[in-house]
Amino acid sequence: MQRFDRVTGPAVPLLRPNIDTDVIIRAERLVGTPKDAMGGYAFESWRYRADGSEDPECLLNRPPFRGAPILLAGPNFGCGSSREAAVWALLGLGIRAVIAPSFSDIFVDNALQNGLLPVVLPEETVRRLASEVEADPDHARITVDLAAQAVVGPEGTVHGFAIDPDRREALLLGLDDVGLTLRQAEAIAAWQEKDRRLRPWVWFGAAAT
Amino acid sequence: MAATLLDKLWQAHRIAPAGRGRDLIHIDRILLHDLSGARALAELAEKGYGVAHPELVFATPDHGVSTAPGRTAETFPAGALGVAMLREGARRHGIRLFDLGQDGQGIVHVMAPELGLALPGLSIICGDSHTCTQGGLGALAFGVGSSELAHALATQTLRLAKPRAMRVRYEGRFAKGTTAKDAVLAAIGRFGAGAGAGCAIEWAGEAVRGLAVEARLTLCNLSIEMGARIGFIAPDETVFAWLAGRDFAPRGAAWDRAVAAWRCLRSDDDALFDRDLCLDAGTIAPQVTWGTSPEHVIAVDRPVPSPDQAPDAAQREAWAAALAYQGLEPGRPLEGLAIDWVFIGSCTNARLSDLREAAAIVAGRAVDPRVTAWVVPGSERVKRAAEAEGLDRIFRDAGFSWREPGCSLCVAANGEAVPPGARCLSTSNRNFVGRQGRGARTHLVSPATAAASAIAGRIVDIRKPF
Repeated sequence: MQRFDRVTGPAVPLLRPNIDTDVIIRAERLVGTPKDAMGGYAFESWRYRADGSEDPECLLNRPPFRGAPILLAGPNFGCGSSREAAVWALLGLGIRAVIAPSFSDIFVDNALQNGLLPVVLPEETVRRLASEVEADPDHARITVDLAAQAVVGPEGTVHGFAIDPDRREALLLGLDDVGLTLRQAEAIAAWQEKDRRLRPWVWFGAAAT
Repeated sequence: MAATLLDKLWQAHRIAPAGRGRDLIHIDRILLHDLSGARALAELAEKGYGVAHPELVFATPDHGVSTAPGRTAETFPAGALGVAMLREGARRHGIRLFDLGQDGQGIVHVMAPELGLALPGLSIICGDSHTCTQGGLGALAFGVGSSELAHALATQTLRLAKPRAMRVRYEGRFAKGTTAKDAVLAAIGRFGAGAGAGCAIEWAGEAVRGLAVEARLTLCNLSIEMGARIGFIAPDETVFAWLAGRDFAPRGAAWDRAVAAWRCLRSDDDALFDRDLCLDAGTIAPQVTWGTSPEHVIAVDRPVPSPDQAPDAAQREAWAAALAYQGLEPGRPLEGLAIDWVFIGSCTNARLSDLREAAAIVAGRAVDPRVTAWVVPGSERVKRAAEAEGLDRIFRDAGFSWREPGCSLCVAANGEAVPPGARCLSTSNRNFVGRQGRGARTHLVSPATAAASAIAGRIVDIRKPF
């Protein structure tokens, strides 16, 4: 997993609520597209016109937001499909952190498995960050500092955020979960042994096939 | 202390703490399909992990497969790779695969309950957000991404934070003609598409207890559209009767023992919920979505709202964009709006009861000549049972296309799509921009509304003659 420590750069404001993973990456791209090629298709219904050319009106295509490492979003970001390709597509676009008032639960888990940081801040704060960006788009920079658990706005205001301490550590070190869990293999085996007696129907001893 | 059903389901699967904020949770069933499942198996191979318990893993292709009559995995060539990877992974790891054309194949959330792979009290995951459907049987069922899927394949566990407990109660009885689909869309419209974020929803109340099992699966299917990864209904005698004798359900003494345990799967009467919401079941009318989020929903006879009525600036922008995309003007009701396509299918509404409901409306009538109408049964078994009853004949005689089981126009990942600008009445679960095809305009409805509207060529209020 990609490490996440600290990111500074322009932040693209897309404050619309309920940005879904279908809009982030279309289902037809899930078939046969390699992980590292998803970025080209990120937000394609917004970034490209019907004839396939880039839409210069789309913020994601315009400097200084093109390639911005931070996305400011509205509530319920990443709702809908569980496709992890939505996270790969954002990373492919260069986005390392999304700041929003709320996220879909599945999106958060997928993001944290891939070194993309979802930062929850109150809706008012996200709006304030967006208006500071819009006041001076060419120079506004936001910093997301995971070690300090803080977002520093374009005008220097510091906003703390919460994150599960283990997930923070895993991101800082770039560790994935499987290794951690395999260390608990004995506990898992013991639990399963007991469960075979408690809930035999789970284990197909009695089931027809 | 009084416990919620969530507490009981969680406790039953909690192996140990997993660090400071999460628990190590046992996963009883892992379901794989040709998109995320194939991807997770490939990831597993890359990382050099094995499959911990292949006997608890089941696979079926549904997403990237054509539903054209006579289809094979190659009919949609781009999807053939996912099916091939799924077949190869299943063979290599000894995972039971329900392949195209075989008994048991189907949309994963249709075939798993149908085979008894999903049972009350089981923890079930799939790389698919609509796994919450299976909570209709009283299971702890939820969608995951492919990394978590690979984690579960390798360890039979997940490291998870316990969600908060939300209850949504429907008090009183549903009005005649109100389906589970209308009921859940009304809840999403009322509380919002993000209301359940961080929560597991227990759907409850007198009206829910009165629902048949297939309707409960429909209700739980849309838990994710209200933001909740997990949704369930306390299992009861209705569920036990429905499951008895299914292929993978326990039998004999094991069945009796299981049912005795399942009877305890209910929230204690004095249990407290983090959020407790209530709706009046009797006032819910047939629902139709107008916009591009499931929360953009109104009763069929109500006017489409104006962005001026939106609660804030961001919503105003979202509503205006949704209306523009959908080609709608505020102030007019959806009833009477001309339509181009009708899709009866998906893990929401493609079970036998859905098809019966639609066929009863369609029988002896003809689809409006301007409308392209499809029925895509949810599984091979649904298809065969419907054919045995002659439902396929009713649909075909009326002008519907009767197709092979799969996800089809719900997600348009299989080469099938609603054309740009076409207006589709769909029994599926998502009306997102481009979900049914680039530029496609989706209105989510119940099977009854979809069937009646296909005949009329316009959106119909099924409470009135048409």
